[in-house]
Amino acid sequence: MSVSVLYFASLREAAGCDSEVVDTPESLTALYASLQAKRGFSLGQDRLRVAVDGHFVDWSSAVRDGAEIAFIPPVSGG
Amino acid sequence: MKRFSLSDAPFEIEPLRKRLLDHRAGAYVGFEGWVRNVNEGRLVLALTYEAYAALAEDEGERILDEACSRFAILDAACVHRTGQLALGELAVWVGVSAGHRDAAFAACRWIIDEVKSRVPIWKREHYADGDAGWLHPDPPKSA
Repeated sequence: MSVSVLYFASLREAAGCDSEVVDTPESLTALYASLQAKRGFSLGQDRLRVAVDGHFVDWSSAVRDGAEIAFIPPVSGG
Repeated sequence: MKRFSLSDAPFEIEPLRKRLLDHRAGAYVGFEGWVRNVNEGRLVLALTYEAYAALAEDEGERILDEACSRFAILDAACVHRTGQLALGELAVWVGVSAGHRDAAFAACRWIIDEVKSRVPIWKREHYADGDAGWLHPDPPKSA
């Protein structure tokens, strides 16, 4: 069972891809920790927000199979 | 009609302003954010904005809905550019109509501040020295 992960801005650049499919993780924090280790992301989890299926959620939200997860680095629009 | 949208091409303000016209309105305030040639002392040649479109549209709409309930205004709208922009180009526009100017100014200011701090849009600056980078500013210290 898997989830997809979307990357934007510096995370996309560091990952070298827009998205990837990974095994469904135990939690959102565990997922970011493993991807950070694998991809070498410099942004800590404390600087990110997280969205699931196009909506901001708490880091403690449960993860279901098939979810589309995006880690949101500090924004800089305007 | 959606109040917030992203645009991947230059857009005209006048048709957007016209949509806010209302006989109850005594005031209209518009804000234009332009691409500036310097940031934190570095010369900037161009910008690229990237958005997580689905979430940006959702969050932008939420901000404009909140503005309409927080302030005594009639309507509000915002368009934000994505893609590559040259110096001087329009990056973001906010328009607010209201019965009176105080609420129109206050709401316009509030909307642009919220858009900048909440909507998932990122700016990549291309510098004169050949370097480029995504901006991920720390959140402002809350009072």
